[in-house]
Amino acid sequence: MSESTDYTDTELMIARSAQELRSEDTVLVGVGVPNLACNLAKRTHAPDLQMVYESGTVDSNPSKLPLSIGDPVLATDARSVVPMADGFGRYLQAGRIDVGFLGGAQIDSRGNINSTVIGDYDDPDVRLPGSGGACEIASNTHRTIVISPHSRRRFPEEVDFVTSPGYVGGRENRAELGLRGGPEAVVTDKAVMRFDEAGEMYVETVHPDSSREAVQDATGWDLQFADDVGETRPPSTDEIELVREELDPDGVYTGGE
Amino acid sequence: MTRLTDATTAVSSAVSDGASLYLGGFTHLIPFALGHEIIRQEYEDLHLIRATPDLVYDRMIAAGCAGKVTFSWAGNPGVGSLRAFRRAVEDEVPKPIEIEEYSHYGLVSRLSAGAEDLPFVPLRSYVGTDFPEHTDAIRTVENPYDEGVDEIAVVPSLKPDVAVVRAQRGDESGNAHLWGISGEIVEAAFAADTVIVSVEEVVDEATIRSDPNRTAIPGNVVDYVVEEPYGSHPSYAQGYYDRDNDAYLEWDEVSQTQAGIEAWLDEWVYGVDDHREYLEKLDTDRLLDLQPDTNYATPVDMGAY
Repeated sequence: MSESTDYTDTELMIARSAQELRSEDTVLVGVGVPNLACNLAKRTHAPDLQMVYESGTVDSNPSKLPLSIGDPVLATDARSVVPMADGFGRYLQAGRIDVGFLGGAQIDSRGNINSTVIGDYDDPDVRLPGSGGACEIASNTHRTIVISPHSRRRFPEEVDFVTSPGYVGGRENRAELGLRGGPEAVVTDKAVMRFDEAGEMYVETVHPDSSREAVQDATGWDLQFADDVGETRPPSTDEIELVREELDPDGVYTGGE
Repeated sequence: MTRLTDATTAVSSAVSDGASLYLGGFTHLIPFALGHEIIRQEYEDLHLIRATPDLVYDRMIAAGCAGKVTFSWAGNPGVGSLRAFRRAVEDEVPKPIEIEEYSHYGLVSRLSAGAEDLPFVPLRSYVGTDFPEHTDAIRTVENPYDEGVDEIAVVPSLKPDVAVVRAQRGDESGNAHLWGISGEIVEAAFAADTVIVSVEEVVDEATIRSDPNRTAIPGNVVDYVVEEPYGSHPSYAQGYYDRDNDAYLEWDEVSQTQAGIEAWLDEWVYGVDDHREYLEKLDTDRLLDLQPDTNYATPVDMGAY
Protein backbone atom coordinates (compact mmCIF):
# COMPACT_ATOMS: atom_id res chain seq x y z
CA MET A 1 0.00 0.00 0.00
CA SER A 2 1.75 3.18 -1.16
CA GLU A 3 1.40 6.47 0.67
CA SER A 4 -0.37 9.23 -1.14
CA THR A 5 1.13 12.69 -1.32
CA ASP A 6 -1.91 14.20 -3.01
CA TYR A 7 -4.75 14.47 -0.53
CA THR A 8 -6.86 17.11 1.20
CA ASP A 9 -7.30 17.66 4.94
CA THR A 10 -10.78 16.16 4.74
CA GLU A 11 -9.50 13.06 2.95
CA LEU A 12 -6.84 12.59 5.62
CA MET A 13 -9.50 12.87 8.35
CA ILE A 14 -11.68 10.30 6.56
CA ALA A 15 -8.84 7.81 6.06
CA ARG A 16 -7.43 8.25 9.56
CA SER A 17 -10.75 7.92 11.37
CA ALA A 18 -11.62 4.86 9.27
CA GLN A 19 -8.58 3.20 10.90
CA GLU A 20 -10.34 3.43 14.27
CA LEU A 21 -12.99 0.93 13.12
CA ARG A 22 -12.73 -2.85 13.37
CA SER A 23 -14.51 -5.37 11.22
CA GLU A 24 -16.52 -6.77 14.14
CA ASP A 25 -17.82 -3.32 15.14
CA THR A 26 -21.34 -2.03 14.95
CA VAL A 27 -21.09 1.69 14.30
CA LEU A 28 -23.64 4.48 14.53
CA VAL A 29 -22.96 6.60 11.48
CA GLY A 30 -23.56 10.27 10.81
CA VAL A 31 -23.89 11.69 7.32
CA GLY A 32 -20.93 13.44 5.71
CA VAL A 33 -17.36 12.73 6.74
CA PRO A 34 -18.26 9.95 9.25
CA ASN A 35 -20.30 8.20 6.59
CA LEU A 36 -17.36 8.28 4.20
CA ALA A 37 -14.99 7.01 6.91
CA CYS A 38 -17.30 4.09 7.72
CA ASN A 39 -17.83 3.16 4.09
CA LEU A 40 -14.08 3.38 3.47
CA ALA A 41 -13.38 1.08 6.44
CA LYS A 42 -16.00 -1.38 5.19
CA ARG A 43 -14.38 -1.52 1.76
CA THR A 44 -10.86 -1.92 3.11
CA HIS A 45 -9.93 -3.48 6.46
CA ALA A 46 -13.41 -3.88 8.04
CA PRO A 47 -15.66 -5.72 5.54
CA ASP A 48 -18.07 -6.96 8.23
CA LEU A 49 -18.62 -3.54 9.78
CA GLN A 50 -22.31 -3.03 10.55
CA MET A 51 -23.54 0.49 9.91
CA VAL A 52 -26.52 1.73 11.90
CA TYR A 53 -28.09 5.16 11.35
CA GLU A 54 -30.09 7.13 13.89
CA SER A 55 -33.08 7.04 11.57
CA GLY A 56 -33.39 3.36 12.55
CA THR A 57 -31.75 1.56 9.64
CA VAL A 58 -29.64 -1.36 10.84
CA ASP A 59 -26.74 -2.82 8.85
CA SER A 60 -27.34 -0.47 5.94
CA ASN A 61 -25.71 -1.22 2.64
CA PRO A 62 -26.03 2.03 0.70
CA SER A 63 -25.64 1.75 -3.07
CA LYS A 64 -24.74 5.43 -3.31
CA LEU A 65 -23.80 8.33 -1.06
CA PRO A 66 -26.69 9.09 1.33
CA LEU A 67 -27.65 12.77 1.38
CA SER A 68 -29.22 12.62 4.83
CA ILE A 69 -29.32 10.12 7.68
CA GLY A 70 -32.82 9.20 6.56
CA ASP A 71 -31.97 8.69 2.88
CA PRO A 72 -33.95 5.85 1.22
CA VAL A 73 -30.70 4.13 0.13
CA LEU A 74 -30.10 3.39 3.81
CA ALA A 75 -33.41 1.53 4.10
CA THR A 76 -33.31 -0.39 0.79
CA ASP A 77 -31.15 -3.51 1.29
CA ALA A 78 -30.67 -2.86 5.04
CA ARG A 79 -30.86 -5.89 7.32
CA SER A 80 -33.57 -4.27 9.40
CA VAL A 81 -35.41 -0.97 9.72
CA VAL A 82 -36.77 -0.14 13.17
CA PRO A 83 -38.68 2.79 14.73
CA MET A 84 -36.49 5.47 16.33
CA ALA A 85 -37.73 4.39 19.78
CA ASP A 86 -36.23 0.93 19.19
CA GLY A 87 -33.05 2.15 17.52
CA PHE A 88 -32.30 4.47 20.40
CA GLY A 89 -33.69 2.19 23.11
CA ARG A 90 -33.02 -1.42 22.25
CA TYR A 91 -29.89 -0.88 20.20
CA LEU A 92 -28.10 2.23 21.46
CA GLN A 93 -29.21 2.58 25.08
CA ALA A 94 -28.92 -1.17 25.62
CA GLY A 95 -25.25 -1.07 24.65
CA ARG A 96 -25.53 -2.83 21.30
CA ILE A 97 -23.63 -0.15 19.38
CA ASP A 98 -19.85 -0.30 19.72
CA VAL A 99 -18.78 2.95 18.12
CA GLY A 100 -20.29 6.38 17.58
CA PHE A 101 -18.96 9.13 15.35
CA LEU A 102 -19.51 12.69 16.53
CA GLY A 103 -18.74 16.18 15.33
CA GLY A 104 -19.58 19.45 17.01
CA ALA A 105 -18.99 23.15 17.12
CA GLN A 106 -16.86 23.00 20.28
CA ILE A 107 -14.84 20.28 22.03
CA ASP A 108 -13.02 20.68 25.34
CA SER A 109 -10.05 18.90 26.94
CA ARG A 110 -12.32 16.21 28.44
CA GLY A 111 -14.02 15.48 25.14
CA ASN A 112 -17.28 17.20 26.10
CA ILE A 113 -18.98 18.38 22.94
CA ASN A 114 -21.25 21.34 22.23
CA SER A 115 -23.58 21.22 19.25
CA THR A 116 -26.31 23.35 20.84
CA VAL A 117 -25.44 27.01 21.10
CA ILE A 118 -22.56 29.51 20.91
CA GLY A 119 -22.85 32.17 23.60
CA ASP A 120 -25.60 32.43 26.17
CA TYR A 121 -28.37 29.85 25.85
CA ASP A 122 -31.16 32.40 26.31
CA ASP A 123 -29.56 35.06 24.10
CA PRO A 124 -27.40 33.09 21.69
CA ASP A 125 -24.74 34.41 19.31
CA VAL A 126 -25.30 31.36 17.14
CA ARG A 127 -28.13 28.92 17.54
CA LEU A 128 -26.79 25.51 16.38
CA PRO A 129 -29.05 22.58 15.37
CA GLY A 130 -28.88 20.88 18.78
CA SER A 131 -28.25 17.33 19.93
CA GLY A 132 -30.22 15.18 17.58
CA GLY A 133 -29.00 11.79 18.74
CA ALA A 134 -25.52 13.01 19.73
CA CYS A 135 -26.23 13.11 23.48
CA GLU A 136 -27.39 9.47 23.36
CA ILE A 137 -24.51 8.38 21.13
CA ALA A 138 -21.95 9.97 23.47
CA SER A 139 -23.64 8.46 26.53
CA ASN A 140 -24.28 4.93 25.34
CA THR A 141 -21.73 3.70 22.78
CA HIS A 142 -18.60 1.90 23.97
CA ARG A 143 -16.23 4.18 22.03
CA THR A 144 -16.77 7.54 20.40
CA ILE A 145 -14.63 9.04 17.68
CA VAL A 146 -14.79 12.79 17.28
CA ILE A 147 -14.04 14.45 13.95
CA SER A 148 -13.54 18.20 13.70
CA PRO A 149 -11.49 20.89 12.02
CA HIS A 150 -8.89 22.15 14.49
CA SER A 151 -9.08 25.79 15.58
CA ARG A 152 -9.09 27.82 18.80
CA ARG A 153 -12.76 28.59 18.29
CA ARG A 154 -13.59 24.89 18.10
CA PHE A 155 -11.25 23.77 20.90
CA PRO A 156 -11.97 26.19 23.78
CA GLU A 157 -10.99 25.50 27.36
CA GLU A 158 -14.66 25.17 28.25
CA VAL A 159 -17.58 24.52 25.90
CA ASP A 160 -20.58 26.89 26.04
CA PHE A 161 -23.03 23.99 26.48
CA VAL A 162 -22.39 20.31 27.14
CA THR A 163 -24.61 18.56 24.59
CA SER A 164 -22.70 15.27 24.56
CA PRO A 165 -20.79 14.24 27.67
CA GLY A 166 -17.12 13.22 27.45
CA TYR A 167 -15.00 12.47 30.50
CA VAL A 168 -17.13 14.94 32.44
CA GLY A 169 -15.20 15.10 35.71
CA GLY A 170 -12.54 12.64 34.61
CA ARG A 171 -12.58 9.02 33.50
CA GLU A 172 -13.68 7.67 36.90
CA ASN A 173 -16.39 10.28 37.24
CA ARG A 174 -17.81 9.27 33.87
CA ALA A 175 -18.13 5.65 34.97
CA GLU A 176 -19.64 6.69 38.32
CA LEU A 177 -22.28 8.71 36.51
CA GLY A 178 -23.38 5.53 34.77
CA LEU A 179 -22.14 6.63 31.36
CA ARG A 180 -20.79 3.90 29.12
CA GLY A 181 -17.49 4.09 27.19
CA GLY A 182 -16.26 7.54 26.33
CA PRO A 183 -14.28 9.40 23.68
CA GLU A 184 -11.49 7.27 22.25
CA ALA A 185 -9.98 9.49 19.58
CA VAL A 186 -10.30 13.01 18.23
CA VAL A 187 -9.26 13.29 14.60
CA THR A 188 -8.74 16.83 13.29
CA ASP A 189 -7.09 18.36 10.25
CA LYS A 190 -3.90 18.79 12.30
CA ALA A 191 -3.54 15.85 14.67
CA VAL A 192 -4.91 12.69 16.25
CA MET A 193 -5.62 12.98 19.96
CA ARG A 194 -6.54 10.49 22.66
CA PHE A 195 -7.39 10.63 26.36
CA ASP A 196 -5.11 9.72 29.24
CA GLU A 197 -6.05 7.77 32.36
CA ALA A 198 -7.50 10.87 33.97
CA GLY A 199 -9.66 11.52 30.88
CA GLU A 200 -7.60 14.46 29.64
CA MET A 201 -6.88 14.94 25.93
CA TYR A 202 -3.33 14.48 24.60
CA VAL A 203 -1.79 14.49 21.14
CA GLU A 204 -0.78 11.06 19.86
CA THR A 205 0.33 12.00 16.34
CA VAL A 206 0.71 15.20 14.36
CA HIS A 207 -0.25 15.21 10.67
CA PRO A 208 2.54 15.40 8.05
CA ASP A 209 1.73 18.95 6.96
CA SER A 210 1.20 20.28 10.48
CA SER A 211 3.45 20.84 13.49
CA ARG A 212 3.39 20.69 17.26
CA GLU A 213 3.26 24.49 17.39
CA ALA A 214 0.37 24.68 14.91
CA VAL A 215 -1.61 22.14 16.94
CA GLN A 216 -1.03 24.01 20.21
CA ASP A 217 -1.84 27.37 18.57
CA ALA A 218 -5.17 26.02 17.38
CA THR A 219 -6.13 24.81 20.88
CA GLY A 220 -7.56 26.96 23.66
CA TRP A 221 -5.75 25.27 26.54
CA ASP A 222 -2.26 23.99 27.34
CA LEU A 223 -2.41 20.75 25.37
CA GLN A 224 -0.53 17.62 26.47
CA PHE A 225 1.61 15.71 23.97
CA ALA A 226 2.58 12.04 24.19
CA ASP A 227 6.22 11.44 25.13
CA ASP A 228 6.74 9.66 21.84
CA VAL A 229 4.44 11.83 19.72
CA GLY A 230 4.63 10.55 16.15
CA GLU A 231 3.56 11.54 12.67
CA THR A 232 0.10 10.54 11.42
CA ARG A 233 0.19 7.96 8.64
CA PRO A 234 -0.96 9.67 5.46
CA PRO A 235 -3.75 8.05 3.43
CA SER A 236 -2.74 5.41 0.89
CA THR A 237 -3.25 5.94 -2.82
CA ASP A 238 -5.84 3.12 -2.71
CA GLU A 239 -7.84 4.87 0.01
CA ILE A 240 -7.81 8.17 -1.85
CA GLU A 241 -8.88 6.44 -5.05
CA LEU A 242 -11.81 4.74 -3.27
CA VAL A 243 -12.99 8.02 -1.74
CA ARG A 244 -12.69 10.01 -4.98
CA GLU A 245 -13.93 7.47 -7.48
CA GLU A 246 -16.50 5.43 -5.60
CA LEU A 247 -17.59 6.88 -2.28
CA ASP A 248 -17.92 10.57 -3.09
CA PRO A 249 -17.38 10.89 -6.85
CA ASP A 250 -19.12 14.28 -7.01
CA GLY A 251 -17.06 15.67 -4.15
CA VAL A 252 -20.18 16.45 -2.10
CA TYR A 253 -18.27 16.17 1.18
CA THR A 254 -14.67 16.06 -0.01
CA GLY A 255 -14.75 18.84 -2.62
CA GLY A 256 -14.26 22.54 -2.17
CA GLU A 257 -10.74 22.47 -0.81
CA MET B 1 -66.55 4.05 8.78
CA THR B 2 -65.12 6.47 6.30
CA ARG B 3 -62.84 9.19 7.60
CA LEU B 4 -61.80 10.23 4.12
CA THR B 5 -61.88 13.95 3.49
CA ASP B 6 -59.88 16.67 1.76
CA ALA B 7 -56.86 18.50 3.18
CA THR B 8 -58.69 21.79 3.70
CA THR B 9 -61.46 20.16 5.72
CA ALA B 10 -59.12 17.94 7.73
CA VAL B 11 -56.92 20.86 8.75
CA SER B 12 -59.76 23.28 9.51
CA SER B 13 -61.52 20.62 11.60
CA ALA B 14 -58.45 19.47 13.54
CA VAL B 15 -56.34 22.58 14.04
CA SER B 16 -57.10 25.77 15.95
CA ASP B 17 -55.04 28.77 17.08
CA GLY B 18 -52.81 27.92 20.03
CA ALA B 19 -52.99 24.16 19.45
CA SER B 20 -49.99 21.87 19.94
CA LEU B 21 -49.05 20.05 16.75
CA TYR B 22 -46.74 17.15 15.97
CA LEU B 23 -45.92 16.69 12.30
CA GLY B 24 -44.32 13.23 12.12
CA GLY B 25 -41.62 11.74 9.91
CA PHE B 26 -37.86 11.51 10.29
CA THR B 27 -36.57 12.91 6.98
CA HIS B 28 -38.99 10.41 5.36
CA LEU B 29 -42.75 10.84 4.82
CA ILE B 30 -42.82 14.43 6.06
CA PRO B 31 -46.34 15.90 5.70
CA PHE B 32 -45.29 18.93 3.66
CA ALA B 33 -48.60 19.29 1.82
CA LEU B 34 -50.58 19.49 5.07
CA GLY B 35 -47.97 21.82 6.56
CA HIS B 36 -48.54 24.15 3.64
CA GLU B 37 -52.30 23.90 4.17
CA ILE B 38 -51.84 24.91 7.84
CA ILE B 39 -49.90 27.98 6.65
CA ARG B 40 -52.62 28.80 4.10
CA GLN B 41 -55.26 28.74 6.84
CA GLU B 42 -53.16 31.29 8.79
CA TYR B 43 -53.13 29.77 12.26
CA GLU B 44 -51.30 31.61 15.00
CA ASP B 45 -49.52 30.80 18.23
CA LEU B 46 -49.18 27.13 17.44
CA HIS B 47 -46.91 24.97 19.58
CA LEU B 48 -44.94 23.16 16.89
CA ILE B 49 -43.35 19.93 18.11
CA ARG B 50 -41.08 17.77 16.03
CA ALA B 51 -37.75 15.96 16.53
CA THR B 52 -36.45 17.49 13.31
CA PRO B 53 -38.29 20.76 12.56
CA ASP B 54 -36.93 20.65 8.99
CA LEU B 55 -38.06 22.89 6.11
CA VAL B 56 -41.72 22.39 6.95
CA TYR B 57 -41.46 24.13 10.34
CA ASP B 58 -39.01 26.69 8.96
CA ARG B 59 -41.82 27.76 6.61
CA MET B 60 -44.44 27.76 9.37
CA ILE B 61 -42.17 29.81 11.65
CA ALA B 62 -41.45 32.35 8.90
CA ALA B 63 -45.19 32.52 8.13
CA GLY B 64 -45.80 33.54 11.74
CA CYS B 65 -47.74 30.42 12.76
CA ALA B 66 -45.47 29.45 15.66
CA GLY B 67 -45.54 30.61 19.27
CA LYS B 68 -43.33 27.82 20.55
CA VAL B 69 -41.13 25.12 19.05
CA THR B 70 -40.20 21.90 20.86
CA PHE B 71 -37.47 19.95 19.06
CA SER B 72 -34.31 17.91 19.23
CA TRP B 73 -32.44 18.79 16.02
CA ALA B 74 -33.19 21.97 14.10
CA GLY B 75 -31.27 21.90 10.84
CA ASN B 76 -31.73 21.55 7.10
CA PRO B 77 -30.86 17.83 6.92
CA GLY B 78 -27.76 17.17 4.85
CA VAL B 79 -27.52 20.87 3.92
CA GLY B 80 -26.94 23.06 6.98
CA SER B 81 -28.75 25.69 9.00
CA LEU B 82 -32.47 26.09 9.50
CA ARG B 83 -32.46 29.80 8.85
CA ALA B 84 -35.99 30.97 9.74
CA PHE B 85 -35.82 28.99 12.98
CA ARG B 86 -32.49 30.65 13.77
CA ARG B 87 -33.80 34.13 12.95
CA ALA B 88 -36.73 33.61 15.28
CA VAL B 89 -34.48 32.37 18.12
CA GLU B 90 -31.57 34.77 17.60
CA ASP B 91 -33.37 37.92 16.37
CA GLU B 92 -37.10 37.40 17.13
CA VAL B 93 -37.98 37.63 13.40
CA PRO B 94 -40.80 37.61 12.33
CA LYS B 95 -41.76 37.22 16.00
CA PRO B 96 -40.19 35.75 19.13
CA ILE B 97 -40.69 32.06 19.73
CA GLU B 98 -40.28 30.05 22.89
CA ILE B 99 -38.17 26.91 22.54
CA GLU B 100 -38.09 23.66 24.49
CA GLU B 101 -35.17 21.41 23.67
CA TYR B 102 -34.45 17.69 23.96
CA SER B 103 -32.24 15.08 22.35
CA HIS B 104 -33.86 12.67 19.87
CA TYR B 105 -34.37 9.88 22.35
CA GLY B 106 -35.73 12.29 24.93
CA LEU B 107 -38.39 13.64 22.60
CA VAL B 108 -39.26 10.25 21.12
CA SER B 109 -39.52 8.85 24.68
CA ARG B 110 -41.97 11.62 25.53
CA LEU B 111 -44.16 10.48 22.63
CA SER B 112 -43.86 6.83 23.70
CA ALA B 113 -45.05 7.80 27.19
CA GLY B 114 -47.93 9.76 25.67
CA ALA B 115 -48.85 6.83 23.42
CA GLU B 116 -48.96 4.50 26.45
CA ASP B 117 -50.60 7.02 28.82
CA LEU B 118 -47.67 6.98 31.25
CA PRO B 119 -46.87 10.18 33.20
CA PHE B 120 -43.14 9.97 32.41
CA VAL B 121 -40.41 7.58 31.27
CA PRO B 122 -36.80 7.08 32.37
CA LEU B 123 -33.85 7.13 29.99
CA ARG B 124 -30.08 6.94 30.27
CA SER B 125 -29.45 10.34 28.69
CA TYR B 126 -28.67 13.85 29.97
CA VAL B 127 -26.21 12.78 32.70
CA GLY B 128 -23.25 15.16 32.67
CA THR B 129 -24.93 17.51 30.17
CA ASP B 130 -26.35 21.04 30.41
CA PHE B 131 -29.85 20.02 29.25
CA PRO B 132 -31.49 19.85 32.71
CA GLU B 133 -30.38 23.41 33.44
CA HIS B 134 -32.29 24.76 30.44
CA THR B 135 -35.15 22.32 29.92
CA ASP B 136 -37.14 22.22 33.14
CA ALA B 137 -39.09 19.11 32.11
CA ILE B 138 -35.89 17.00 32.08
CA ARG B 139 -35.65 15.84 35.68
CA THR B 140 -34.07 13.09 37.75
CA VAL B 141 -35.74 10.47 39.92
CA GLU B 142 -34.35 8.00 42.42
CA ASN B 143 -34.29 4.38 41.32
CA PRO B 144 -36.73 2.64 43.73
CA TYR B 145 -35.04 -0.73 43.13
CA ASP B 146 -31.74 -2.17 44.25
CA GLU B 147 -30.42 -3.01 40.78
CA GLY B 148 -28.83 -0.44 38.46
CA VAL B 149 -28.05 3.25 38.79
CA ASP B 150 -29.16 5.21 41.86
CA GLU B 151 -30.70 8.03 39.86
CA ILE B 152 -32.03 8.30 36.34
CA ALA B 153 -33.30 11.07 34.08
CA VAL B 154 -36.99 11.21 33.23
CA VAL B 155 -39.00 13.05 30.63
CA PRO B 156 -42.74 13.74 30.83
CA SER B 157 -45.49 12.33 28.65
CA LEU B 158 -46.24 14.24 25.46
CA LYS B 159 -49.80 14.25 24.10
CA PRO B 160 -50.05 16.76 21.27
CA ASP B 161 -53.48 18.15 20.46
CA VAL B 162 -52.99 17.13 16.84
CA ALA B 163 -50.65 14.72 15.04
CA VAL B 164 -50.27 15.01 11.29
CA VAL B 165 -48.62 11.93 9.82
CA ARG B 166 -48.16 10.24 6.48
CA ALA B 167 -48.10 6.68 5.24
CA GLN B 168 -47.72 5.11 1.81
CA ARG B 169 -51.20 3.60 1.75
CA GLY B 170 -54.28 3.40 3.89
CA ASP B 171 -57.95 2.56 3.66
CA GLU B 172 -60.73 5.09 4.13
CA SER B 173 -61.03 4.19 7.84
CA GLY B 174 -57.43 5.26 8.40
CA ASN B 175 -55.80 1.85 8.73
CA ALA B 176 -52.41 2.57 7.24
CA HIS B 177 -49.40 0.64 5.97
CA LEU B 178 -46.04 2.26 6.11
CA TRP B 179 -42.57 1.00 5.28
CA GLY B 180 -39.04 2.28 5.13
CA ILE B 181 -37.96 4.61 7.92
CA SER B 182 -40.91 5.02 10.29
CA GLY B 183 -39.08 7.36 12.67
CA GLU B 184 -41.51 8.53 15.35
CA ILE B 185 -44.64 8.50 13.15
CA VAL B 186 -46.46 5.68 14.92
CA GLU B 187 -45.73 6.99 18.43
CA ALA B 188 -47.00 10.43 17.39
CA ALA B 189 -50.23 8.95 16.00
CA PHE B 190 -50.91 7.02 19.22
CA ALA B 191 -49.98 9.96 21.49
CA ALA B 192 -52.11 12.74 19.96
CA ASP B 193 -55.75 13.57 20.67
CA THR B 194 -56.64 14.19 17.03
CA VAL B 195 -54.88 12.50 14.13
CA ILE B 196 -54.77 13.31 10.44
CA VAL B 197 -53.26 10.60 8.23
CA SER B 198 -52.31 11.60 4.73
CA VAL B 199 -51.50 8.77 2.32
CA GLU B 200 -49.96 8.44 -1.11
CA GLU B 201 -52.88 6.25 -2.09
CA VAL B 202 -56.16 5.08 -0.63
CA VAL B 203 -56.57 1.32 -0.98
CA ASP B 204 -59.39 -1.03 -0.10
CA GLU B 205 -59.62 -2.71 3.28
CA ALA B 206 -58.69 -6.10 1.76
CA THR B 207 -55.26 -4.77 0.82
CA ILE B 208 -54.68 -3.68 4.40
CA ARG B 209 -55.91 -7.01 5.81
CA SER B 210 -53.69 -8.97 3.40
CA ASP B 211 -50.64 -7.81 5.37
CA PRO B 212 -51.76 -6.98 8.93
CA ASN B 213 -48.21 -6.87 10.36
CA ARG B 214 -47.64 -3.77 8.27
CA THR B 215 -50.63 -1.88 9.72
CA ALA B 216 -48.60 0.35 12.01
CA ILE B 217 -51.37 2.93 12.31
CA PRO B 218 -54.84 1.52 13.07
CA GLY B 219 -57.96 3.43 12.10
CA ASN B 220 -58.91 3.46 15.82
CA VAL B 221 -56.52 6.34 16.46
CA VAL B 222 -57.27 8.21 13.23
CA ASP B 223 -59.78 11.04 12.78
CA TYR B 224 -59.18 12.20 9.20
CA VAL B 225 -57.76 10.47 6.12
CA VAL B 226 -56.51 12.54 3.20
CA GLU B 227 -55.25 11.18 -0.11
CA GLU B 228 -52.33 13.27 -1.34
CA PRO B 229 -50.03 11.84 -4.01
CA TYR B 230 -46.56 13.41 -3.61
CA GLY B 231 -47.82 14.84 -0.32
CA SER B 232 -44.33 14.57 1.17
CA HIS B 233 -42.53 16.45 -1.59
CA PRO B 234 -39.73 17.62 -1.30
CA SER B 235 -39.06 14.85 1.25
CA TYR B 236 -39.65 11.32 0.01
CA ALA B 237 -41.91 8.30 0.24
CA GLN B 238 -40.05 4.99 0.13
CA GLY B 239 -40.89 3.16 -3.09
CA TYR B 240 -42.84 6.12 -4.50
CA TYR B 241 -40.34 8.94 -4.98
CA ASP B 242 -36.95 10.12 -3.79
CA ARG B 243 -36.06 13.24 -1.87
CA ASP B 244 -35.94 16.31 -4.13
CA ASN B 245 -32.51 17.37 -2.93
CA ASP B 246 -32.48 20.46 -5.16
CA ALA B 247 -35.42 21.80 -3.16
CA TYR B 248 -33.44 21.44 0.08
CA LEU B 249 -30.49 23.25 -1.50
CA GLU B 250 -32.80 25.94 -2.94
CA TRP B 251 -34.32 26.48 0.49
CA ASP B 252 -30.87 27.32 1.82
CA GLU B 253 -30.88 30.23 -0.66
CA VAL B 254 -34.54 31.20 -0.36
CA SER B 255 -34.38 31.29 3.43
CA GLN B 256 -31.40 33.65 3.59
CA THR B 257 -33.88 36.45 4.32
CA GLN B 258 -37.39 36.71 5.75
CA ALA B 259 -38.39 38.61 2.59
CA GLY B 260 -37.07 35.75 0.46
CA ILE B 261 -39.24 33.29 2.33
CA GLU B 262 -42.30 35.54 2.12
CA ALA B 263 -41.89 35.74 -1.66
CA TRP B 264 -41.53 31.96 -1.82
CA LEU B 265 -44.65 31.45 0.33
CA ASP B 266 -46.59 33.89 -1.86
CA GLU B 267 -45.77 31.80 -4.90
CA TRP B 268 -45.85 28.23 -3.62
CA VAL B 269 -48.26 28.29 -0.65
CA TYR B 270 -50.59 31.33 -0.61
CA GLY B 271 -50.54 31.51 -4.41
CA VAL B 272 -51.98 28.03 -4.89
CA ASP B 273 -55.32 26.67 -3.73
CA ASP B 274 -54.10 23.23 -2.76
CA HIS B 275 -51.38 20.61 -3.14
CA ARG B 276 -52.59 19.64 -6.59
CA GLU B 277 -51.97 23.16 -7.83
CA TYR B 278 -48.53 23.11 -6.17
CA LEU B 279 -47.70 19.92 -8.07
CA GLU B 280 -48.96 21.40 -11.33
CA LYS B 281 -46.53 24.27 -10.86
CA LEU B 282 -43.56 21.88 -10.48
CA ASP B 283 -41.85 20.74 -13.65
CA THR B 284 -43.01 17.29 -14.72
CA ASP B 285 -39.34 16.38 -15.32
CA ARG B 286 -38.59 17.18 -11.74
CA LEU B 287 -41.14 14.67 -10.45
CA LEU B 288 -40.22 12.01 -13.01
CA ASP B 289 -36.56 12.26 -12.02
CA LEU B 290 -37.52 11.30 -8.46
CA GLN B 291 -39.00 7.93 -9.46
CA PRO B 292 -37.03 4.94 -8.13
CA ASP B 293 -36.76 1.65 -9.99
CA THR B 294 -39.14 -1.02 -8.74
CA ASN B 295 -37.74 -3.29 -6.03
CA TYR B 296 -40.44 -5.48 -4.44
CA ALA B 297 -40.00 -7.27 -1.13
CA THR B 298 -40.57 -11.02 -1.39
CA PRO B 299 -44.26 -11.55 -0.46
CA VAL B 300 -45.01 -13.32 2.81
CA ASP B 301 -47.49 -16.20 2.94
CA MET B 302 -50.06 -15.46 5.65
CA GLY B 303 -51.76 -18.76 4.84
CA ALA B 304 -55.48 -19.18 4.35
CA TYR B 305 -56.95 -20.61 7.57
